[in-house]
Amino acid sequence: MNETIRELLARVGGLPVAVTELEDAADLYAAGLSSFASVQLMLAIEEAFDIEFPDSLLNRKSFASISAIEQTVAQILKAREAA
Amino acid sequence: MDMQVSFLDRLFDAGLLIDTGVDGLYGRSGQFEDVIAAFERLIDRIGGADSAEAMRFPPGMNRAFFEQSGYMKSFPQLAGTVHSFCGNELDHMSLLKCMEVGDEDWTKGQEATDIVLTPAACYPLYPTVARRGKLPKSGALYDLQSYCFRHEPSKDPARQQLFRMREYVCMGTESHVTDFRQRWMDRGVEMMKSVGLDVTIDIANDPFFGRAGKMLVNNQRDQNLKFELLIPITSVAKPTACMSFNYHQDSFGLKWGLNLEDGSVAHTACVGFGLERIALALFHTHGLDVKTWPDNVRATLWG
Repeated sequence: MNETIRELLARVGGLPVAVTELEDAADLYAAGLSSFASVQLMLAIEEAFDIEFPDSLLNRKSFASISAIEQTVAQILKAREAA
Repeated sequence: MDMQVSFLDRLFDAGLLIDTGVDGLYGRSGQFEDVIAAFERLIDRIGGADSAEAMRFPPGMNRAFFEQSGYMKSFPQLAGTVHSFCGNELDHMSLLKCMEVGDEDWTKGQEATDIVLTPAACYPLYPTVARRGKLPKSGALYDLQSYCFRHEPSKDPARQQLFRMREYVCMGTESHVTDFRQRWMDRGVEMMKSVGLDVTIDIANDPFFGRAGKMLVNNQRDQNLKFELLIPITSVAKPTACMSFNYHQDSFGLKWGLNLEDGSVAHTACVGFGLERIALALFHTHGLDVKTWPDNVRATLWG
């Protein structure tokens, strides 16, 4: 999952730095992720993992770092399994 | 909804607004305009000492700047573009025939011009300021007013498609522009009190389009980027935003290349007055005949 997220981030994130240089916990907004790019990233992740973010998770916190995104996606996948 | 329609009908009956047959597109009477002019003078009295540079643009803007602004990413549903007939004589004949028969859409052949209707008074400002070069270290302040267009037909007289927005726009460091925004929130409350209007200020968001827009809404609210001054007009439960106070962080600075003398990216903030909405709030609160308005309100507006 980590690799897919990094690929998508590299494709749609529009970051001025290479994604390979970012730690999992690095603050993506500080690294230059714009509000609009975070929306594009959200849509790309939804498509890649075939999930839909619930409104409650559509916020800056969910996309604050690579590990935050991993946790958010894992949470959605887990909720789907439980359902 | 009923309250909206009945207030609109009362405004038509009193001749304050003039029906054009299109929801949200109205003429204004001399009396209505006089209230707006008086309120703008009040704005001048409160804000005048700040010595903002005044600029007035027509209600159309350069399409290239509009595209660069990213408006279509966020609010495609609200935008209005100007299209014209650009054909030859033969095309003209087909056009007239099409209009006469009326079974086909004659506007299909219209082509986009270089002009887009201005969505907010400050939109033409940013590229204009960027062209001038670096901003002074002490920041800069601008005063704008324009008719603005938003495609949202409605029977609510407080939601018009063509309306005027008066704005102050501040550029500078983060603390400079957030101080400016706070100052106008305080002034806004005082101003409205001085004309007898009950107001509240609340956190707000722009009407971003679609599901992706939900995320932008959440981001905007989480970061306290937008506040509105609300006054009950057609609903007490859902009061109308008559002023907005927006902090853009450095997003416009980055987008338009607005830099301060020391090379840092400028932060920007704007404060907007919805002039028709304020006039409507005054008419709704004090009555449709300005001669019967409370003396203190009349004195504040007309001296």
